[in-house]
Amino acid sequence: MNFDFLFSNLPQLTIGGLAFGAIYALIALGYTMVYGVLQLINFAHSEVFMYGTFAMLWTVMALGGADADGVQLIAILIAALFAAMMMSALIALLLERVAYRPLVKKNAPRLIALISAIGASFVLAELMGLRDRVTGWIGLDDDLSEYVGKARINNSMAGVVDAPRWEIGNVTLSSIDVIVIVAAVGMMVLLDQFVRRSRLGKGIRATAQDPETAALMGVNPTRTIQITFLIGGLMAGVAAFLYMLKIETTKYDVGFLLGVKAFTAAVLGGIGNLRGALLGGLVLGVAESWGSALFGTEWRHVVAFVLLVVILLFRPTGLLGESLGKARA
Amino acid sequence: MNKIKQRFISLPRPVKVLLWVLLALFAYALPLLELPIITTPGVDFGGVLFVVTMYALVAIGLNIVVGYAGLLDLGYVGFYAIGAYTAAILTSFHAHWPLLLSIPVAVVATTISGVLLGAPTLRVRGDYLAIVTLGFGEIIRLVAVNVEWLGERKGISNIARPPSIGGDDGLFQIPHLYWGDGTVLLDTEDTTAFLKFGVLDQIPYYWLGLTVVIAMLFADKLIKNSRVGRAWEATREDEDAAELMGVPTFRFKLLAFATGAFVGGLAGALYASRQSFINPDSFLLLFSILFLAAVVVGGQGNRWGVVVGAVLVAYLPQRFREFDDFRVLVFGLALVLLAAWRPEGLFPPKRTVRARQLEQDLEELEEGHEGEEAARA
Repeated sequence: MNFDFLFSNLPQLTIGGLAFGAIYALIALGYTMVYGVLQLINFAHSEVFMYGTFAMLWTVMALGGADADGVQLIAILIAALFAAMMMSALIALLLERVAYRPLVKKNAPRLIALISAIGASFVLAELMGLRDRVTGWIGLDDDLSEYVGKARINNSMAGVVDAPRWEIGNVTLSSIDVIVIVAAVGMMVLLDQFVRRSRLGKGIRATAQDPETAALMGVNPTRTIQITFLIGGLMAGVAAFLYMLKIETTKYDVGFLLGVKAFTAAVLGGIGNLRGALLGGLVLGVAESWGSALFGTEWRHVVAFVLLVVILLFRPTGLLGESLGKARA
Repeated sequence: MNKIKQRFISLPRPVKVLLWVLLALFAYALPLLELPIITTPGVDFGGVLFVVTMYALVAIGLNIVVGYAGLLDLGYVGFYAIGAYTAAILTSFHAHWPLLLSIPVAVVATTISGVLLGAPTLRVRGDYLAIVTLGFGEIIRLVAVNVEWLGERKGISNIARPPSIGGDDGLFQIPHLYWGDGTVLLDTEDTTAFLKFGVLDQIPYYWLGLTVVIAMLFADKLIKNSRVGRAWEATREDEDAAELMGVPTFRFKLLAFATGAFVGGLAGALYASRQSFINPDSFLLLFSILFLAAVVVGGQGNRWGVVVGAVLVAYLPQRFREFDDFRVLVFGLALVLLAAWRPEGLFPPKRTVRARQLEQDLEELEEGHEGEEAARA
């Protein structure tokens, strides 16, 4: 128990934890919205995120981000953000079409939908891990070697963004952490307002509450489910972009642990609840950061899971309860 | 398929028993037969079969939790790990007990851990249980990685093997078959010592595993047809209704969890003894998912279905090793296709058929009722 270290570095640890938590929260949105509408754990959402990180990386590589700076770099990053969002949204829609819609139509048991999601997750992750082989079949591996080489190992964009650090008193803050937190919270607020106020958002809430009645009232259930996946994918794309800004490397199986954490965050806040996802993500991020300062980084994940178990014991529906469809949200 | 089943059911009892015994004998003799096509090229077939029996054992245990009681457990590998680590610690790392003494302790320890995990978490709803158990599996692994007393990443080696019967050469030697060009010969060069649990020949471990699987299948049949099994099914179908009918659902859920943990721990201890070496990488979260896949692919709730599922999940990747890099990809693809085509698994349990019939009848009744009303109006 290293209390001295925790207290002397409290601001940095908290900001770092919040930044990670914000990324968890953005991924958690995908889980929580799909769960709210379909009562389904979208196990493959982690892969949606993973493809976003690669889209971001490839865009930066293709546009020559390593040599750019100033306005040019910012333009490249915006393009990369756009690419990541598009890629993630595309994968999410594809998932809905291939892995879920056939099952929803057949009224399959819920556990089998989870198995389908697990299968889709394996396929997506392995396709990325074997991308050198896949491009080899169509004879493009030489042309694309920069992008597909070292398929299973880390791909890095280290040093592309040279972010300033701010000194406030004796506290050093990374500007990237601050950007990540502000951007993520901003996106969440936007989404929350969208779901609350817009027509589409009303449709999503109505479907979550009672799909049959919603359909009778003129909400197209298939389209609503599609939009839910689309929004989850877009948010995962933003998360992927911010993650790459902060961590700078990605891997074909990067999604797995992050996905588990994000789902934990969603459950922690109350699954099906958008604000719960934000709160759960931030709490989880900070708890991990403080926990690893206290017990050592090797206990980081243990802290996260123990926190989850303890909170579920006292609040079985999560911190804010489940409420995507409830009248309040 | 159904016709064969009907015919089998209508056979007289002694014939049925005889057929089962023949099937069991065939299963025991399988590694000795060295059948072409089935035998795995490049990997020791006995070892593969041993792993298959472990998957079958785990699938039987997980089927009790997922299939009978309807509790989604994503961290089953945690119990497997506790069983393996208890056996490892007692026979090698911190004490030198004989294996046969350590297995009961390992099983008891795992069962207790099942109760300890279940008591607080079974009160939360189904999907939360999934994530809590997933966390539990990871915690067990991470604790094994980080605690020096458990060997950290290096793991534990020199775990005791089961005692050999009849010394180093065994009681007698059993020759394998040799498949030449169109002829089958007894190969006296290639023999298996009967019940010598050594390093090289893994067939005795397979026999041990198979025996345990058969014993568990019997126990499973007994428990499924008992009051306990019916209580589990009632709880799975409708918890509130079961509670109202006087079934203490929480206690039965806990019992299902503990029973599942018991079987998982037994499988873990046997696995550790066979490997003689374990480290945290033997208990990745991926295995929980593979175990669950075995149960769901085979048909949750059907004891033979999950055994078939386990055989598929454990055996196919070994048989098609030449596609090594692509096997996870193919496995994932197979899961997606299976979910779309056979949502209830390859072999859905009998109950589903009966329940489907009932649902159909109910629907007809309701429609008939509505039809009458419409006619009256």
